[in-house]
Amino acid sequence: MSETVSESTAGATAGTPAIELRGVSKTFGDGDRAVRAVDDVSLTVRAGEIFGVIGYSGAGKSTLVRLVNALETVTAGSVVVEGTDLTGLPERKIRGIRARIGMIFQQFNLLNSRTVAGNVAYPLKVARWPKEERAARVAELLDFVGLADKARAYPRQLSGGQKQRVGIARALATSPTILLADEATSALDPETTRDVLALLRRVNAELGLTIVVITHEMDVVRSLCDRVAVMEHGKVVEVGDVYDVFSAPSADAAQRFVGTSMHDRPSPDALARLRERHPGRLVTVGVREGASSGTELFRLLREHEVDGSVVFGGISEVGERPFGSITVELVAPDERIAAFLAALRTRADVVDLGTAERPVDDPRSLLTEGGDR
Amino acid sequence: MNRDWSTLWPLLWEAFGQTLQMVTIALLTGGIAGLALGLALYVTRPGNLLANKAVFGVLNVVVNIVRPIPFIIFVTLLGPVTLQVVGTTLGTEAFIFPLSVMTAFGTSRIVEQNLVGIDPGVVEAARAMGASSWRIITTVLVPEALAPLILGYTFLFIAVLDMSAIAGLIGGGGLGDFALRYGYQRYNWMVVLVTVAVIIVIVQVVQWLGNLLARRVLHR
Repeated sequence: MSETVSESTAGATAGTPAIELRGVSKTFGDGDRAVRAVDDVSLTVRAGEIFGVIGYSGAGKSTLVRLVNALETVTAGSVVVEGTDLTGLPERKIRGIRARIGMIFQQFNLLNSRTVAGNVAYPLKVARWPKEERAARVAELLDFVGLADKARAYPRQLSGGQKQRVGIARALATSPTILLADEATSALDPETTRDVLALLRRVNAELGLTIVVITHEMDVVRSLCDRVAVMEHGKVVEVGDVYDVFSAPSADAAQRFVGTSMHDRPSPDALARLRERHPGRLVTVGVREGASSGTELFRLLREHEVDGSVVFGGISEVGERPFGSITVELVAPDERIAAFLAALRTRADVVDLGTAERPVDDPRSLLTEGGDR
Repeated sequence: MNRDWSTLWPLLWEAFGQTLQMVTIALLTGGIAGLALGLALYVTRPGNLLANKAVFGVLNVVVNIVRPIPFIIFVTLLGPVTLQVVGTTLGTEAFIFPLSVMTAFGTSRIVEQNLVGIDPGVVEAARAMGASSWRIITTVLVPEALAPLILGYTFLFIAVLDMSAIAGLIGGGGLGDFALRYGYQRYNWMVVLVTVAVIIVIVQVVQWLGNLLARRVLHR
């Protein structure tokens, strides 16, 4: 990491939001065929954060992100980038602002007629950098993304992950303060996705860029984002800290997306099979940061002399914090189980699934199952 | 026969020069004008960089009106304009004018079709970097479509060579005129065959060059 790369944070002043959307709508077409791709969205993206926008295809998230760098213009409302209102700004001024906003794409969108170095140099040419400075900057950027040895290769000769690295280097060339990532990992395999996400994390941590991540994969949100907005039919139906959205999703769409990423709770089918194997009382215990429900569970089992065996579950991380649940079968007389559950409920999120004879449905499993609509 | 050929060779050589002159000039002027017209057609298309329904509509109709006119008729049709521009309606130079004009219209469609193949995402990426429309046209659209454009121009060379065969109509000379006048009209099939052979060689060489060049710019 050299000094010049880190200068890119200069434009982001603390306090001013990086991006503010105020009552933004975007309609395509007119009359009967009009499609409202973005419908009255208000959002604030804080400087320096990684902000996720998740939604199914057609939810309007790609249009939303294009309003930020004015590739699309709003039909109503206003877009404010680092204090500058883009609404009604002349094309020349907009071009200047675009240079402060990097963008990467699902299909990479590299210029096939240019080498890797040529691609990274392109935005510098647009910004009229002198030739010698361009060469130094390109070398530095390729070094940052780990592709120094590919400078003279053509995009055709690269793998998907390498292409996206070139895309990232190109997007960082003019030291932008904001990076827009439009489904940047959707065309990549899981391992390459991890590499690219790690690189984006470095871009955020080392260079201080505000990153807006558009995705349909909740795993991307889980491992990368600080905050997330869930979009459906052009509207933002839920917005908040990623951890909060994961632990208590309220909108249907948010619950479905959490379900695609977390597989700690048994689906109705899995629960039916569990009941065949484990006829006793089944309960699902949530595991959260701070609440020491994991250790509490076992201490209380001992204390109330209840036999418990773990039958399902998983604990992983959301935003580097522990998150998940375990499902246990309890074997003991009813009154001891009741006392145990009463004690546990004061310390953890407990879902009672009943017994094989008297089953109780998990209110969330119907929504989280499979994740598909 | 021998005496015949000793006078025919210089004439063939002269015709070859005239054809080359006509084709080269038409391709240069008409090719450049056609590139501009083709780019204009592409960028003004609905949904594209400088989308403009009116401009696109007019250009599209004009190109569609001119292109289907049989060239032999077009040459005479354009006569009055040729007279204004070149000063005469006879001779090689007078023929080059309508040839260039028709080349421009033919080129425009080929250029437009090749540009349609460009991934719009690349144009979007350039826009996102703050590039102006003019910069995108010159540094993204043309370079990205260069290989198919080279093949398109190779195709055009042959089409223009074809059109140039009727230059004799207005005393423009060239290989076509030579083959008709000294071969066909004098029942000398050898002359026709030799001329055809020369044309085939030219076409082969140009096609080979075009393929080679297109492959090189593709970086395969």
